[in-house]
Amino acid sequence: MGVVEIIGWVIIVIGVAFLFLGALGLFRMPDVYSRMQTATKSVTFGTMGTIFGVGLVHPEWFWKTLIIAVFIAISNPISSHALARGSYKMGIRPFTKEENMDDLEPVVEKSEDEEE
Amino acid sequence: MILYILIVLGLATFFVVHRGLKGPTPSDRIVALDNITSITTAGLVLLGLYFNRYIYIDVALIYGVLSFIGVLTLARYLEGGL
Repeated sequence: MGVVEIIGWVIIVIGVAFLFLGALGLFRMPDVYSRMQTATKSVTFGTMGTIFGVGLVHPEWFWKTLIIAVFIAISNPISSHALARGSYKMGIRPFTKEENMDDLEPVVEKSEDEEE
Repeated sequence: MILYILIVLGLATFFVVHRGLKGPTPSDRIVALDNITSITTAGLVLLGLYFNRYIYIDVALIYGVLSFIGVLTLARYLEGGL
């Protein structure tokens, strides 16, 4: 077992740990937007780490696993951005302890008035 | 080694499925779906390493592309533009 293979196994284990923590955050967080944050950041990093580690363990597959990792790094933030935008426009508001903490609302109302 | 890693992934999927079944709003369910597809992509690549088959990597790539398109379509539907 070479050095590169050991590094690949360590990266796989770190990635799977991040995947598990992201799933735990999705289970525990209080509202949609914080759930979306854990689901995007840590799950993207965990998936990238797992796939890249497999590429290091099995060197013939390195380039294709690199392609998958780069594609996930591009596509996952785009989809979660579209989800957050869609759920805000649908009318779901963020969970806040104080009232009137939603700074996005006047901006959205202003832009909708300009469109009309 | 890979079997223990896959067991941890299955436990993570259990939490995500719980959120998808319980989640109060439709956005919760779609976020859970997105999460399940990401975990499945990682699991497919690990299964390819376990069985030593190259075809699993191609399957994971196509699965990632299709799940990306599906989640974008669902988000567009939530926004009301479809």
